[in-house]
Amino acid sequence: MLRYILSRLGQSLILLVIVSFIGFAVLTLAPGGPLSQFALSPGMTQEQIDKIAAQMGLDRPVVVQYFDWITNLVVGDWGTSYRDGQSVLHVIGSHLFATLLLMGTATVISVSLGSTIGIFSALKRGSAFDYTMTVFAMVALSIPTFWFGLIAIYFFSLNLGWLPAGNMYTVGDGSVLDYASHLIMPAAVLALVDVAIWSRYMRTSTLNVINQDFVRTAKAKGLPRRRVVLKHIVGNSLVPMITLAGLQLPMVLGGALVTETVFTWPGMGRLFLDSLGYSDYPVVMGLLMASAILVLVGNLAADLIVALIDPRIRLD
Amino acid sequence: MSSLTANTPARRPFIKSRALRRFLSHKLALIGVIMVLTLTAACFLGPFFLPYDELHIDLMARFAPPGSGGHIFGTDPLGRDIAARLFHAGQISMAVGFAVMIIATTIGSVVGVVSGYYGGKVAAVLMRIVDAFLSFPSVFLLLALAAFIQPGPVMIALIISATSWMEVARIVEAEVKSLRNQDFVQAAHMLGLSNRWIMFRELLPNAIGPIIVAATLTVARAILLEAYISFLGYGIQPPLPSWGNMLNGAQQYLQSAPWLAIVPGLAITIAVTGFNFIGDGLRDAFDSRAQGE
Repeated sequence: MLRYILSRLGQSLILLVIVSFIGFAVLTLAPGGPLSQFALSPGMTQEQIDKIAAQMGLDRPVVVQYFDWITNLVVGDWGTSYRDGQSVLHVIGSHLFATLLLMGTATVISVSLGSTIGIFSALKRGSAFDYTMTVFAMVALSIPTFWFGLIAIYFFSLNLGWLPAGNMYTVGDGSVLDYASHLIMPAAVLALVDVAIWSRYMRTSTLNVINQDFVRTAKAKGLPRRRVVLKHIVGNSLVPMITLAGLQLPMVLGGALVTETVFTWPGMGRLFLDSLGYSDYPVVMGLLMASAILVLVGNLAADLIVALIDPRIRLD
Repeated sequence: MSSLTANTPARRPFIKSRALRRFLSHKLALIGVIMVLTLTAACFLGPFFLPYDELHIDLMARFAPPGSGGHIFGTDPLGRDIAARLFHAGQISMAVGFAVMIIATTIGSVVGVVSGYYGGKVAAVLMRIVDAFLSFPSVFLLLALAAFIQPGPVMIALIISATSWMEVARIVEAEVKSLRNQDFVQAAHMLGLSNRWIMFRELLPNAIGPIIVAATLTVARAILLEAYISFLGYGIQPPLPSWGNMLNGAQQYLQSAPWLAIVPGLAITIAVTGFNFIGDGLRDAFDSRAQGE
């Protein structure tokens, strides 16, 4: 097990290095680059821009800049925001909770609803329910998240007046119920795509398990159907879903960015867009890295949990 | 009825290709084809039947609801006809979708076939790069790229391609790896054919099924991604309309003029659903193993 953990950890670290280089290259080599905010202001002469570039060390070779940047990153110096001079790590940290809360709630919804749909689809394969859910999943995958959010706001906030249209809490309130009423709509909107994906994968996974020998044995032993389904089938078909949860992370995070914009949710997605608007280069860079790290850590965690549950993995 | 004709053994099938026959008996796929064709026809032919063009500004007719004054989908805050803009936007959004399909599929196929064929260190490096690109949420990466470039339809298509080629690369790599040691490849080696010939003339054509499926799904994905970044204001820039940028700003008029949000969103959903249905049908058509499903 220890060997597996170490090798998996090593892979993640290598990937992180490549990821950081791509992220750095993308933003540094893009036309305009970190200096675009200065280059665009009318009073600037080329001489002044060159001077700023030299001060910020941007005239050095890209590889040197990268090593400089990555060493600072490792020791926790992610730079300071152009906008208000706060440390990037602090700015990101103060927006992390909102995003994790949104993503977490959405994941709980999508996992529970999606798995249930998937299991029933597989058990009643070929039925009207199965077919309907297949079509539903494909349509749900095709609806733009932000548009679904707008439609939800139109119905539930503007017409019915049941739920608030945006923000995370009412100023002056802040009770748990108040948070919940603000959370439920964006979380449900964000979950929609994932419900579809989870139901499809869970259906396939359950179908794989149903046809295996140990399920036939359990049935042949005369175990009640309920017990076979709950213990033998569901338990085993959930294992590959843990890996899926890790692989789905980039999509959920990307969806969160868009959802946060529509619902004015104060998370990393909103911060990212605001920072882009201000050309707040260090924060954009930091968020890009933070999201990639989040994804890599999520995948690593998923793989380790699967290895813990399923001894076959560790033996490879 | 279709099952009846399929089971009649005496008659020679009208359509020889088994994959094509399977595709045509796939109901969802046909619905998808109809959706996409209808939308394409509307976008390219519709403008000829409308009384207004997409740039005609009529400040007296701002926020006209659908159906009034010859505006079938109403007008926007500048009094422009939404139907005219929607059709014009559709041409652009779909063009971006197809451009991304071609670019991303080409990049993905080349990366996939090279790493699948050579294996070893080459594959290790290339596939780690694929993994790295997959670690970024594509919307984040797209926005970061879009914010620093001159956004025109060509650039938008290029950056969406830059975040959409990885799936194809993975699929092709897996496919080529499984074909690499087969007899026809050995034979090609023995004939002294070049590596490039074997990769692109022998191996790649054998992976064409999965590539076509992935390419179709890439169109759907590209239309969605364009809508995302244009909605957020970093994609196709006005006055050039796209389905995404028509929705940009629709949120503030949600109460008074909901059609501003509803109409373009429906168009996106129909287009993307159509391509996803087609992709699903193609997958079933090419994959003979899925017959029992």
